[in-house]
Amino acid sequence: MRFLFLCLVCVASFSYAVIETYEFNAPEEKATYDTLIEELRCPKCQNQNLAGSNSPIAKDLRAKVYTLIQEGKDKDDIVDYLVARYGNFVRYEPPVTFSTLLLWGGPILLLLIGLLVIFFMQRQSTTTPSSTLTKTEQEALDALLKGAD
Amino acid sequence: MAQTPKRWLLLLPACFFALLAGVFFNVLTTEEYDPHHVPSATVGGTFPEFSLPALGDGQLLTRDTIIGKPLLVNVWATWCISCRVEHGFLNKLAAEGVPIVGVNYKDDPTAASKWLEDLGDPYTQVIVDQDGTLGLDLGVYGAPETYFVDGKGVIQHKFTGVLTVDLWDTELKAIYASLLGH
Repeated sequence: MRFLFLCLVCVASFSYAVIETYEFNAPEEKATYDTLIEELRCPKCQNQNLAGSNSPIAKDLRAKVYTLIQEGKDKDDIVDYLVARYGNFVRYEPPVTFSTLLLWGGPILLLLIGLLVIFFMQRQSTTTPSSTLTKTEQEALDALLKGAD
Repeated sequence: MAQTPKRWLLLLPACFFALLAGVFFNVLTTEEYDPHHVPSATVGGTFPEFSLPALGDGQLLTRDTIIGKPLLVNVWATWCISCRVEHGFLNKLAAEGVPIVGVNYKDDPTAASKWLEDLGDPYTQVIVDQDGTLGLDLGVYGAPETYFVDGKGVIQHKFTGVLTVDLWDTELKAIYASLLGH
């Protein structure tokens, strides 16, 4: 079992290995590059980011991201550059627009619904006491409890 | 008995689940559903500026040399198998008088010239985009792709995949006709 797990870990790290090596002038540039190729999606692939794909277009786009970083462009500029050509499809973190409102707001909405449900259930169980017995019922219960002793 | 006045409320999550499942199932089974479809970001924008050699004579082509009348811009390459499938239909379209500019995308120009000699040349001009720079500006992510450009140089439509007689007759012909009106 442990061996199998180790194998899986190895496979997972290999699939993220990128072939090219780029040289950067500053560690911040490398950090930007690494973040961008993780966050941007390969247009040709179904569900892979630029870092994970070997397709020619992903390779080209990695090269373009590198060139743009060398030209001194910042992260937002580069994302905008690619969105202008490939649309929001290339972003794994789409901006909040009307069409993505449900996507962003859905979880919060569901959480609110859940909290409301819990709130009302709590209130119901505290406001309605568990024993609402009439006087005679209470006497009968007391008698029973006494008898049990 | 006062404890369970709204037992039906417990069914709500199940109903919600059934509703969502229904919606997803509906989307997945529609014919238009295509997870490979990339929304065309460059449609509606102007054709990008470029400065690249023509296939054959190597004369420098720019945006201004090709733009001026409605035309199709077809992105192709010799490594693209679907392009070979499409080529026959492009020849036919060209014979009907539809101007088609080719973008030879990330290809070997010698192989490209040979391809046109062997299979026929439907293109008014072929732009050699060996590094894929024009392709990048157009938002090309595979070949073949065909852009419908009007006389002012605005990209009115993008078609990804193999052009066929059926597709042309059912939808694309009308789009081309609308370019002539722009």
